[in-house]
Amino acid sequence: MNLFKLVLIELWHRKSQLVSGLLAITLGIGVIVGIRSFSVVSEKAVAVNLDNLGANIMVLPQAASVDNYYSADIDAPTFPESYVERIVTSSLPGVDNLSPKLTRRLKIGNESIVLTGILPKSEIASKPIWQQGGLFADKIAASCAPKPGAEPAKYLDERLQRKGIDSLAEADCFIGSVIAQRLNLKEKDKLNIEGKDFTVVNVLPETGTVDDDRVFANLHTVQELLGTGEQISAIEIMGCCSEISDGLLGKLRNVLPDTRITTIGQIVSTQIETNKMMNKISFVFLIIILFVGGISIGNYIWANVNERRKEIGILRMIGYHKRHVYFILVLKGIIIGFLGGIAGYILGTFGAIWLGPQFAGIEVAPIYTLILVSVVISVSVSIIGTVIPAYMAGKIEPFSNMQEE
Amino acid sequence: MLIKTRNLTKIYPHNDGAVHAINNLSFDIPKGSFVTVTGASGSGKTTLLLILGGLLHPSSGTMVYNGKALNMQKDDVMANFRSNHVGFVMQSFALISYLTAVENIMIALNVRNKNKAEARKQAIELLDWVGLNDRINHYPKELSAGQQQRVAIARALANSPDLLLADEPTGNLDPGLSEEILGILKVINENHNTTVIMVTHSPIAASFGNITISLENGQIKTNNQSKYEEIFQLTH
Ligand SMILES: Nc1ncnc2c1ncn2[C@@H]1O[C@H](COP(=O)(O)OP(=O)(O)O)[C@@H](O)[C@H]1O
Ligand SMILES: [Mg+2]
Repeated sequence: MNLFKLVLIELWHRKSQLVSGLLAITLGIGVIVGIRSFSVVSEKAVAVNLDNLGANIMVLPQAASVDNYYSADIDAPTFPESYVERIVTSSLPGVDNLSPKLTRRLKIGNESIVLTGILPKSEIASKPIWQQGGLFADKIAASCAPKPGAEPAKYLDERLQRKGIDSLAEADCFIGSVIAQRLNLKEKDKLNIEGKDFTVVNVLPETGTVDDDRVFANLHTVQELLGTGEQISAIEIMGCCSEISDGLLGKLRNVLPDTRITTIGQIVSTQIETNKMMNKISFVFLIIILFVGGISIGNYIWANVNERRKEIGILRMIGYHKRHVYFILVLKGIIIGFLGGIAGYILGTFGAIWLGPQFAGIEVAPIYTLILVSVVISVSVSIIGTVIPAYMAGKIEPFSNMQEE
Repeated sequence: MLIKTRNLTKIYPHNDGAVHAINNLSFDIPKGSFVTVTGASGSGKTTLLLILGGLLHPSSGTMVYNGKALNMQKDDVMANFRSNHVGFVMQSFALISYLTAVENIMIALNVRNKNKAEARKQAIELLDWVGLNDRINHYPKELSAGQQQRVAIARALANSPDLLLADEPTGNLDPGLSEEILGILKVINENHNTTVIMVTHSPIAASFGNITISLENGQIKTNNQSKYEEIFQLTH
C-alpha cells in the first residue's frame, strides 16, 4: 500500500468532513467560473455588435460634432479625399475597410433626405449589416472584421451583395427604407435629386439608424452634384475590435492629425463597462477564495491533523519519516484542491448555463479551458492552506500516541 | 551486547518543576534476552522504552545499539532505526482505525518499499502466524481486544525486528488473553532470537522474562542494582 492509497482511504473514511472542507473552495471556484462564463459570452456579444455595426471608426473633420455616431458626417465640414490614401499607405494593422463619404442634407419636394456619396465596394463590404437584413438578424461568429476569404459564407444572399457593388454606377443609388416609404419608391424607380436623375437599384433593409433616411450614390457623382471637388465629409473605417483597444485610434490620429477620430464605442461602452465590472468582481472573488478557501482547507487539514495525532504518531513509530507525514498532508491538500476545482467548475458552469437565460437572457456555453484554470487555482490555494498544518504535523512526536494512558 | 545504556537520564520540563522520568540508568541487554520492566505507575517505564526504541531522545547519558550510539541522532536516522530494527507493541494496540488488519500491517511493510503484491502476501502470512487468517479484511473495531493485539504484534514483526518493545501489551486484556499474547511474545523471543523488552505491571507477565528491570522513581531499585551488575557483568 502506497501513501497515495493511504490518503484516499483516509479521505473516504471521513467523507462528511471532506465535503465540508470542500465547500468553500467549491463555492468560490463556482462563482469565478460562473462570472467568467457570463463575461466571455458578453464580450463575444460586444465583438459581434462591433462587427455587425459595420464600420466602427469614423474619421471626421476637426470641426465636426460627434454627438451621434451615425449622423456625425451629416452637414460636417469637409476634408480632402486624399486622406483615404494616407491611411492606406500607412498600412496600419486592424484597418479592414475604408469607406469615404460625402454627405449633405437635401430636400426632394417636401421630404428631407440625406444624400451620401460613397465608393461602392468599400462601403458595402464594411457594412455586413446590410446583407444581414438588420441588426442581430443572424448570428455572426465573434470574429474580427469579416475576412475576405470567409466573407461570402456570412451573407444570406450573395447575389445581392454583387449586385450592389457592381451596379452603383454614376447614376445609380441605394435608398434607405424610410426614404423608400416616404417617397413611395421601389427598385428600378427613378429619383430626381438636385436636377439629376438616379435609378434606385436597391432598397436597403431597415437599420433603425439615420441610415434609413439616406440616399447612397456614387461619391464622385455626389461631389460633382454638390460642387465640392475632391472633398469628403467622413471616412468610415472597419477596425478590428482588438486593434481598436490596442490603440488603433491613436495611430490613426498620428496619420491624420487635423481630423477628429471617433468610434462606435459609446454604444458598446456600457457593455464593456459591465464586462470590466464582472472581471473586477471575479478578481475580488479570486482574492476572497485565496483567503476563505485557503483558510477553510487549512482548517480542515488542521482539524484532520489534530484528529490524526494518534495515527501520525503510529506512522512515525513504525518508521515513517517527517517527510512522509508532510507528503501525506500535502497530497491530501492536492486531492481536495483537485476535487474542489472540478466541483467548482461544474457548479459554476451549470449555474451560469441555468441562470444565464433566466436572468440575463444570455445563452452561456461551457468554457472547457476553465477546468484547467479552476483546478490550478484550487490546488494552489489548497497547497498554501496545507503548509502550516503540515508543518505542525511534522512536530508531532512519534510516541505521542503512547502517552495516552 | 545489543544495548548498552550509560547514565541515561530523561528530564521532562514542566511548569511545576522538571520531572526526572528516568535518572542515571546504566545497564546492558544481551542479544536474545527477554527483559521485563516493572515498577509503579510513573516510575519511568514507558519513558525508558521510548528511549530504547529510538522514539525519544534522552536528556543526557548514552544509549548504544549494536555498537552504534543512537542518542542525539537526526530524526531521519531514528526513523530508519525504528523501521529497520524495532517492533512496537502498545497497550492501546496503536492500530489505524480505517485500515483493515492486513492494511495495518502493509503500512509497516510499505516504509520498507516492498512491492504491493509482495507486501500483501507477507502481511497475510504474518496474520496467519498470529492465528488471524480469517480476519484479514476486518477493521480493528470488528476485532476483539486480543485479536487487535495480535494484529499489532503481526505488524511489529513486519520488519523482522531485532528488538521487540512492548509497553504493557496485556494491560487491556483479561488474564486468559494476556497469557496467549505473552506466549506469542515468548515464541518470538525463542524462535527468532528476537530481543524482547516488555513493560508490565503484572507479576505473572514479569515471570515470562529471563531478566527483570525494576524501576522506582526513574532509577533501578537499589536492592536490584547489585543483582543486575552481577547478571550483566556491567562494565563501567
Ligand atoms: N510528556 C511528558 N511531559 C512531562 N512529564 C512526563 C511526560 N511523560 C511522562 N512524564 C512524567 O514522567 C514520569 C514517568 O512517566 P512514564 O515513563 O510514563 O512512567 P510509567 O510508564 O512508568 O508509568 C511521570 O512522572 C510522568 O508524569
Ligand atoms: Mg507507561
